[in-house]
Amino acid sequence: MAETRKHRSAQQAKNDKIAIKSIDDSASYIYGKIMKGQKPEIEMPLRGLSNVVYDSKKGYFEIGRSKKVRTLTVNTAKTFAQTLRMMALSKELVVTNDFATKRDAYYQSKNWRDAKFDEQPESDTVMDDIEAMFAVHDISREDLRFVPQEHGGAVAGELTVIDRDMETGKKIVIDCTKFGSGAYSVPSFVEQLEFKTNAKFVLAIETHGMFQRLQSHNYWKKAHCILVSLNGVPSRSCRRFVRRLSDECKLPVYAFTDCDPYGISNIYRTLKVGSGNAAHINRFFCVPNATYLGLAPQDIIDYELQDATHKLSEIDIKRARDALKNDPFFTEHKAWAKAMEMLVKMGVRAEQQALSKHGLNFVIDEYLPAKLKKPSAFLP
Amino acid sequence: MSKKPATKRSQKPQQQALSFAEPAKKAGKAETASRSKASHAHAAAVKPAPADAEKVREAPPVEAAPQVADTKVRMRVTAEKMGTQQRDISISEFFTKNRHLLGFDNASRALLTSIKEAVDNSLDACEEAGIPPHILIRITEISETRYRMHVEDNGPGIIKAQIPKVFGKLLYGSKFHRLRQSRGQQGIGISAAGMYGQLTTGKPVVVISKTGADKPAHNYHLTIDTTQNKPVIAHEAVVEWPHKEHGTSVEIEMEASYKGGRKSVDEFIQMVAVANPHARIEYFAPGKAPVIYPQVTTELPKETKEIKPHPHGIELGILQRMLQGSMARNLGGFLQGEFSRVSAAVAEEICKTAGLSTAGQLKKVTPAESERLYQAINQTKMMAPPTNCLAPIGEPALIDGLKALLVQRHIAEEEAAQRRKAEEAASAADAAQRAEAKVTEALKNIVTVAQESDDEDGEADEVEDDLSKAKKLAKQKDVQKKLARAKEVEAQAEAAPVADAEAPAEGDAVAEAAPTNLALGSVINVFDKPVFVTAVTRSPRVYRGNPFQVEAALAYGGDLGADELATVCRFANRVPLLYQQGACAMSQAVMRTNWRGYDVEQARGALPTGPLLIVVHIASVWVPFTSEAKEAVAHYDEIINELKFALQECGRRLSRHIRRRRRMADEMKKAKYIEKYIPHIGAALQDILKFNDSKRDKLVDELTGILERSRNM
Repeated sequence: MAETRKHRSAQQAKNDKIAIKSIDDSASYIYGKIMKGQKPEIEMPLRGLSNVVYDSKKGYFEIGRSKKVRTLTVNTAKTFAQTLRMMALSKELVVTNDFATKRDAYYQSKNWRDAKFDEQPESDTVMDDIEAMFAVHDISREDLRFVPQEHGGAVAGELTVIDRDMETGKKIVIDCTKFGSGAYSVPSFVEQLEFKTNAKFVLAIETHGMFQRLQSHNYWKKAHCILVSLNGVPSRSCRRFVRRLSDECKLPVYAFTDCDPYGISNIYRTLKVGSGNAAHINRFFCVPNATYLGLAPQDIIDYELQDATHKLSEIDIKRARDALKNDPFFTEHKAWAKAMEMLVKMGVRAEQQALSKHGLNFVIDEYLPAKLKKPSAFLP
Repeated sequence: MSKKPATKRSQKPQQQALSFAEPAKKAGKAETASRSKASHAHAAAVKPAPADAEKVREAPPVEAAPQVADTKVRMRVTAEKMGTQQRDISISEFFTKNRHLLGFDNASRALLTSIKEAVDNSLDACEEAGIPPHILIRITEISETRYRMHVEDNGPGIIKAQIPKVFGKLLYGSKFHRLRQSRGQQGIGISAAGMYGQLTTGKPVVVISKTGADKPAHNYHLTIDTTQNKPVIAHEAVVEWPHKEHGTSVEIEMEASYKGGRKSVDEFIQMVAVANPHARIEYFAPGKAPVIYPQVTTELPKETKEIKPHPHGIELGILQRMLQGSMARNLGGFLQGEFSRVSAAVAEEICKTAGLSTAGQLKKVTPAESERLYQAINQTKMMAPPTNCLAPIGEPALIDGLKALLVQRHIAEEEAAQRRKAEEAASAADAAQRAEAKVTEALKNIVTVAQESDDEDGEADEVEDDLSKAKKLAKQKDVQKKLARAKEVEAQAEAAPVADAEAPAEGDAVAEAAPTNLALGSVINVFDKPVFVTAVTRSPRVYRGNPFQVEAALAYGGDLGADELATVCRFANRVPLLYQQGACAMSQAVMRTNWRGYDVEQARGALPTGPLLIVVHIASVWVPFTSEAKEAVAHYDEIINELKFALQECGRRLSRHIRRRRRMADEMKKAKYIEKYIPHIGAALQDILKFNDSKRDKLVDELTGILERSRNM
């Protein structure tokens, strides 16, 4: 039996109450239906790109109004049983103040005999369904105590994170300036964290290589900022962490990625407006007030990086064309559409580290200071 | 020496005039049409014999010249000299040299062909005389390479005067000249078999025939004079044949080999039984238990009418011959009298188109005129030939035949397995009787367990119920039977389990619930395994002026191999075709049918794969075989298309059946689903809402009820 964690923050306790009530309400509804001799059903927003809308006012992808109703029939009996089992598991986790990763949940199902999942993707799908189902009550997957497996990203700079001891609930103060050559690692569950900072902005960096360069030179001290390594497409907890920093400490977030279709349309766009595939959770995880510091296509020309570029691959070009045509982020932001078109026209891509062409610390000494002089000129 | 190489002799131009002695008509009027073909000697490919080659190599190059001169010498054979070599060859001689054309190209095939010819004749004779055929076939091993075949029937017999000619003369018979559906066509078969026997063993054909209870039985030993195509009577006597009122027996000893398996006599006999459910066949093969195919139906095939040729089916040469041979007074009378579907008006139209007069004398028709007449015939529209000359097997009989075949195959396998286990003490005759009893019983007990219904959605449950009910019944019955038998004889306790119709009230209900509906096919239980059977007989059609009719039937499921290519059984005028499957238009039709459209697997251009047995039959007054051995049907589009239509209809029915099966399986799965997953829904809700166990059980019951109701809706 999992050990009960005693402490819950006030916010947490509130969310937990909502989560338990939501689960109970759904179960009672189903129970009532059955006892009335009717086929019970579960309703959830339809997930998938067809049911995603871009809200330009809010600045992120939102799930549309299409609903999926799963009626209990002979054919859906298995999934239905699994969904209810998963809900029961979630309730137990909330009650005991515990958590389970996707993998944990998958293995938990092995106790369900006939109703067990054969492969993890099956349990992941059911989990996504439940998450979407409760998202209407402002309950996130984390509130349901299902946490992602992947680690959250690295943080360094002028930030103090206040966490709690899981056993005792005692405050733990983490000073992110004191990690030396290392960094603070964002936990997979960030809702309980509190922040204190005097920094002026958050710099979200695509590659860990660039993060290390800036951190080892204590760039955060020079620029009074918080460095976050996204490490590719940012994980949910990392996005949530940045979002909370931005919301609660009123900090601007500047993104610094490679200048290629992947860095722009996948990494940056996901950070800012969320992903199309998980639109039902975007409003928790996106960072709508993030802006794009670089590397912008124009930078390739401005910083004479032409000879430090690589040719765009066919996949890159396809990705860019596709984004320009179908991605609401690009159709909404004309500046981005223009920048992307320019990139495709040039037919090249430039990595963050291409700046090292002018000297290893060119990025610290020249590029970033120059850029930061005019944040208003950043791409949206 | 070099001027006259040793090879010269064999290179002599041999010109042959083939003279097909037209067999006499019934009246005995002989007609001879001869066709000669001159072939030029080809000297180009001459190779010197090894001895000469030595010489050439030793000789200086200049001496190579005589080689060229030699070629010229060879060319100098005069027409007169060639003329001395030109002479008649008899049809018997021709076939002696070309015996493969008749199906005697190897030892095992020779035996099969001989039996086939004899059985064809017996069945034809019985049917023509309206006698339910009862045929005995016996193969006796004389040595490893020599066998005697013996076929005996209860047919009308052959009158004394005709016996020698029927068995001792090639191209003698009653069937060639009439357009009527029969197994034999050319009048070659049985005499060719006799000739083959004579050629390989020197032994005569032994015939006994008797035409009635009070008539004597004639015994003949016959050989063929192959140069003159004439029977030679080696022995002739009146014998006692008390056990037969009438019938014919023929024995031929020949160089042959006997083996079982595919394309064997065993298979052939089995197939004959399928296509002739009205015949009783007893078959004795060396080293095997006798097999008896009981008469499955007492109904004889419809009597076939003889028809006159249809004008669109004849060729110019035949037309000219008919013009010469006709007794008609004038051209109009000739056209109306000798052909079918030619009325006075049609005759008038033909003659007009040809620029001839209907009153014109036949003898005065010139070859050029006859050609015009031929063209005019083909330009004139006329009715299709009459089709009452055809007697298809028919859908019910085809299904009966299929049932018999499935039972036979099963029992044959079982018997073989039993024999392998222990040599049986019982005598061969006992074994035969037991086998027959088994077949008869099995056939009697085959029950149509389910009628394929046209309703796509409903009925599935009913079918399922019927099936399981029938199965349960069969099992009960089986157990009872086994118990009863175990008391009586131990050996009989092993009898095959069969679905049983003679059950109490419920059993009757099963049988009643499933009346035979030919248009959809039906599911029968063969040894406790369901088999889908269906058959389609198409309406008659015409190719080249010859009426024909095709049929197709199929069996799906049961013992048939699920991963094997379908077994195709081809029949022409009820005669099974075992050889040259690939070259046959009928197998082509099976391959060209898109079985994948009917939920059956099929590799591109191949036979379908699955537990499938397909029967195809063509009935015609003149089946277009690709050779005299009558093994493959020629590729006429009309025939292939008709067969495809028949197969497609069978396929559609099969597909309905397969889909219904699949739905039933789905239903079963769903029922299992309910049983499996509903308790989990109860448990999960209990976990969340924390209610007690009795409440949970009530919930599960309620939910099961909801789902059961919805499933049955």
